[in-house]
Amino acid sequence: MKIGRVVGTVVSTINSPVFDNRKLLVCDLLGTDGAATGGYLIAVDAIDAGAGEVVLILDEGNGARQIVGEDPAPIRAMVVGIVDELMVDGDPVITAGM
Amino acid sequence: MQLGRVIGTVVATVKYEGLEGIKLLIVQPLDRHQEPEGRPVVAADGVHMAGPGELVYFVGSREAAQALPETFVPVDHAIVGIADAVEELNPGGGS
Repeated sequence: MKIGRVVGTVVSTINSPVFDNRKLLVCDLLGTDGAATGGYLIAVDAIDAGAGEVVLILDEGNGARQIVGEDPAPIRAMVVGIVDELMVDGDPVITAGM
Repeated sequence: MQLGRVIGTVVATVKYEGLEGIKLLIVQPLDRHQEPEGRPVVAADGVHMAGPGELVYFVGSREAAQALPETFVPVDHAIVGIADAVEELNPGGGS
């Protein structure tokens, strides 16, 4: 899984059926220092994540299809958790309430 | 998934079985500010409605084929949606 920050949404009316009524979040990917790496993912929201939140992103199709309960479906990236705290080498990178 | 801009079309008459009737488009991957990033790829049109100039989002790897009617086909990128807008979200301030 990857760690990212919710920075936007994609508005779309024409899409594969699996995305109907699902929120697409634009997430900047974060490195272990908590800074944006420059990469991003468009991920389906599975947990009602909000703007600016640090999230856990699953980027694997089988798990994603299991969550949405559809197979086959062209879905891979999903936001599956909200990160409260991140420690790297004993140092807090993300702390609760940040 | 990533954002992309459709910049061209591909016509191929000889294709692996299962790919008949699949529209192939050239897609320039974009960063989240919609600036070109990396090299264009050939992507199958999984929504049957994408065309040149359109802002789309596409999926890569094994999942790409699952956007198509026949899901066990050799396709590595597929357009799975047309983006009407990409909205920035500001913490606490809504969109």
